[in-house]
Amino acid sequence: MTSDPSIQSATGISVKLLLFAVLRDIVGADERDLDLPNGATADDVWQDLRRQHASLEGYATAPMTAINMQYVKSSAVLQHGDELAFIPPVSGG
Amino acid sequence: MSRHLTDDPIDVGELARAVLRSSDGGLVVFSGVVRDHHEGHAVESITYDGYRPMADAEIAGVIEAVETRYPGVRVAVIHRLGLISVGEISVAIACVAAHRAEAFDACREVIDRIKERVPIWKKEKTPDGEIWVGWQK
Repeated sequence: MTSDPSIQSATGISVKLLLFAVLRDIVGADERDLDLPNGATADDVWQDLRRQHASLEGYATAPMTAINMQYVKSSAVLQHGDELAFIPPVSGG
Repeated sequence: MSRHLTDDPIDVGELARAVLRSSDGGLVVFSGVVRDHHEGHAVESITYDGYRPMADAEIAGVIEAVETRYPGVRVAVIHRLGLISVGEISVAIACVAAHRAEAFDACREVIDRIKERVPIWKKEKTPDGEIWVGWQK
């Protein structure tokens, strides 16, 4: 296996998952580098998180989702090198 | 670099002076302030977290949308992140226009849109612990 992240493997992609607010507390990290199969969606990542963290079990539907800082549907297909963020209910102001 | 985010106390006068033009007859400023209670419980302070580059871009998008909707209105926004004490300003919006009506309307619309879609979150410190606002356990 190559360790050069700029080289995309034939079978998968690398995505950076950013974690904020309550999700950072639950997961215990600011970000994670994910290796995913081609065709993986944002929702696939969310369902993985739910399986890993019991406190997310009740959240069958992903929160608002952003890829490369643009809001998208959670059904959006991820591309190699994307920056993915789940946006818990916002409370600015 | 953030144009619309800061970690420091907000100076509302400075924000207003930055947008005021000699053609303006109305200046409306809205400040969001950390209060000592929320939904029946006491609040000691709030820590604001943000997805900084996206929050900055989303605020810029809100300003552009509102300035387009209200031609002639000019808008400035600054949102503070980090630990903010009761009584301190968390967000300030300044809207200027030739006449007051558009300035009032625009200012209301800016804060409403910010609360809907800008990726900023608040964690309240209460006597019973810390709570992320809006997250149901």
